[in-house]
Amino acid sequence: MSNREDIALLAHLIRRAGFGATRDELESMAEQGYESTVEQLLDYDSQPPVDEYMLYRYHPITEVPGGAAAPGQANWLYFMVNTQRPLNEKMALFWHHVFATGNAKVDNCNHLLEQIQMFRDVGMENYRDLLVKLASNPAMIYWLDNNENHKIAPNENWGRELLELFSLGVGNYTEQDVYECSRAFTGWTISAKMPRYPYGRHPWHFEYRPEDHDETDKSFLGYTGNFNGEDIINIILQQPACPRFIARHLYNFFVEDEPQVPAWNIEPPRNPDAIRLLADTLVENDYDIKPVLRALFNSDFFKDAMYKKVKNPTEVVVGTLRLTGDLQGPDPRLEAVAREPGYMGQDILDPPSVEGWHTGHEWINSGSLVKRVNFVADRISDTNLPGVKRIVERIATANGPTMSPEEFVENCLDQMGPLPVSDRTREELLTQAQSEGEVNWQDSYDDSARRTGEMLALIGATREYQFG
Amino acid sequence: MATNSAKPPVLVVLQLTGGNDYFNTVVPYNDPNYYDSRRSLQIPENRVLKLDDELGLHPAMGPMQSIYESGDMAVIHGVGYENSPRSHFRSMDIWHTCEPDKVGTEGWLGRAISQIDPKSENPVTGVNVGQALPRALVAPGVSVASVADVSTYGLLTNIEQQEQRQQVLQRFANMYSPAVGSGQVMEYLGQTGLDALKGADILKVAPQQYSSGVEYGASPIAQKLRDIAMIHTADVGTRVFYCDHGSFDTHAAQATTHAQLWTDVSEAIADFWDDLREHDADENVIMFLFSEFGRRVRDNGSGTDHGAAGVAFAIGPRVNGGMYSEYPETRPEALQQGDLVPNQDFRGVYSTIIDDWMKLDAPSIVNGNFEKPAFVRTNGH
Repeated sequence: MSNREDIALLAHLIRRAGFGATRDELESMAEQGYESTVEQLLDYDSQPPVDEYMLYRYHPITEVPGGAAAPGQANWLYFMVNTQRPLNEKMALFWHHVFATGNAKVDNCNHLLEQIQMFRDVGMENYRDLLVKLASNPAMIYWLDNNENHKIAPNENWGRELLELFSLGVGNYTEQDVYECSRAFTGWTISAKMPRYPYGRHPWHFEYRPEDHDETDKSFLGYTGNFNGEDIINIILQQPACPRFIARHLYNFFVEDEPQVPAWNIEPPRNPDAIRLLADTLVENDYDIKPVLRALFNSDFFKDAMYKKVKNPTEVVVGTLRLTGDLQGPDPRLEAVAREPGYMGQDILDPPSVEGWHTGHEWINSGSLVKRVNFVADRISDTNLPGVKRIVERIATANGPTMSPEEFVENCLDQMGPLPVSDRTREELLTQAQSEGEVNWQDSYDDSARRTGEMLALIGATREYQFG
Repeated sequence: MATNSAKPPVLVVLQLTGGNDYFNTVVPYNDPNYYDSRRSLQIPENRVLKLDDELGLHPAMGPMQSIYESGDMAVIHGVGYENSPRSHFRSMDIWHTCEPDKVGTEGWLGRAISQIDPKSENPVTGVNVGQALPRALVAPGVSVASVADVSTYGLLTNIEQQEQRQQVLQRFANMYSPAVGSGQVMEYLGQTGLDALKGADILKVAPQQYSSGVEYGASPIAQKLRDIAMIHTADVGTRVFYCDHGSFDTHAAQATTHAQLWTDVSEAIADFWDDLREHDADENVIMFLFSEFGRRVRDNGSGTDHGAAGVAFAIGPRVNGGMYSEYPETRPEALQQGDLVPNQDFRGVYSTIIDDWMKLDAPSIVNGNFEKPAFVRTNGH
């Protein structure tokens, strides 16, 4: 039998490296041990992929959502809820945070989904390859106007964001570097960008047009030559700022909330040693991503960071669905539920700008908090959902036929995390439990189950539960 | 009357989502170009609800024709901006953020709310009636209540029994109360939780206090405007209301769809104003209607495709009724990509609302100075 510390640590791991797990799943991970669970998460293709044809059979619009974000969001939500490759899906979300591309402009969710699939395919392989794929990704090209970046009239949008937001960060290049970088990416465009009307959407394809590529010399970050896009990426990777920047993104997403990205050239990292370790690991492994993830999840700074991050809305929604066993497989409510992260401030596939979302406590405002609390409460208090039923069974058999209010609160907190709470919170939960006295599983199971659902909902409404 | 009009100005925005067909909403019924380009979807002259010698409303807009005749409705023509992208999402974003050249993150009304209530003292200064918070209402440090249904709005609505729920909400309030040394983020969350509770508590009184002789229709927009009337008449300090109706994206079967949409919207609007008048709560309200773009001049046989210039409406006793800006030219040579060309920047229309109605600073909200159509009365009747 695994002890509570093991379970707590594995629950932390799977909240961050995935979307949480049920207690049954945590116990089987505990049998394997922590490090071998990390290995299994990394070795994602030992698990089967999501059966997307099942999705398309029941929700055909999610295969080609066209201009509407909602069916595209339903598509991705289905993957996140049903995946057996949680870290692979979480890394797709990570890259979507970093390389934020939005339907508001792209107006073509088919291609946003293609970009997300690209993150699934290579997002855990090599960062260099990923940047090359990104530079030739149709949704990205259109999002950052590289189709308007011409030999005779360079457009700097992609060139600038590649340096500012995708690889180095502000302060590590000059305006001249932005210009030279942009020139090197002239001719990287998309074909068939036709007007939608009257014939509807045409699929886009990456196209390299040598006649539109600037073949003159560029001077970029101290190097001079007739550079093309891939040369630029190779030079970027040699900058010491690059591994540090990616390390900080990883830290911010997986370990602990950092200040918002635009402040990174002013505010030092919270944990410079951790950033150094992650950056060194990236460089030592030629920017392979799995080794840096392995180092991160096995580090002490990761293990010490339990509940130090505000959960993003997608984590709230997917985590709750996976915990309660709601919305598994095709479901008529899929598209409606897929809008929930948006109601809480995270419209996936439609970030507010190329800077992505402001994270941490900025996820929370009075409107989004109401949505978060109610979304969790509506499900976790529904004792007919398979996951909740299982939680109730576990609590019912934890301490014999009756339970004091204290024991009841402890057991509920344990099943919801285990979630550590402040004395104040514990006191209030206890007051609530005491208002209905001792819990008697033997004589009134159904009523005890109802009380459990309500207690779980109140725990889900705490400040502490907003962290993951 | 004096007490009524001394109340601070309130704005109600009704967004017509999907791209409302300007050409069939305000019909140039003497214009041969209209009949030439609207072969399938033309509204015969004898069915147009005439506003003047040239223009008339869609036949489903009877209640709005009455409002126009009473002098309380401004029709603002040719509204839009240059280089319309003809994409719903992008165009809606531009309308919400006033950023046509880059992807903006702050909404114009979010900024307005932060000027009205800079310390965020009233959590219901801005209220969205609908599910998702529109980007128009988003700005840093601004908290806006987003209410799908005012009679069920609140935290922990999973608990059906009222007494029990009150008890649980008391636990919630105690858990979120300030505690020494809990850290900045925890304190922020605590304050936010109490704000949410306070907002829900304030709004809770609205349906309790409300009674009205007006019976609204069953359409979603009627229900939303009724909720807005409830909150407005409860006098809880809300200055900006937002709601939407749609979808006006009528690529096909436009004749029936567009008529139904305007039937629902016009009736709901008429009921809303009757309700406000009944409560003597109309004098400090202006309602603003817009859509992200108009539609293509030539119909496609059963519907219309995405266009550019659109029409906006402002309604209320403090509106200077009449026509503003000009109907864009309809000659085929004058169109751009087959669309009416905007001649009134939407940011100018916003500026009128912000400067002359809300008495706030427009340039800092809409990002610049734009020509303002003078549809707000500067003094009372």
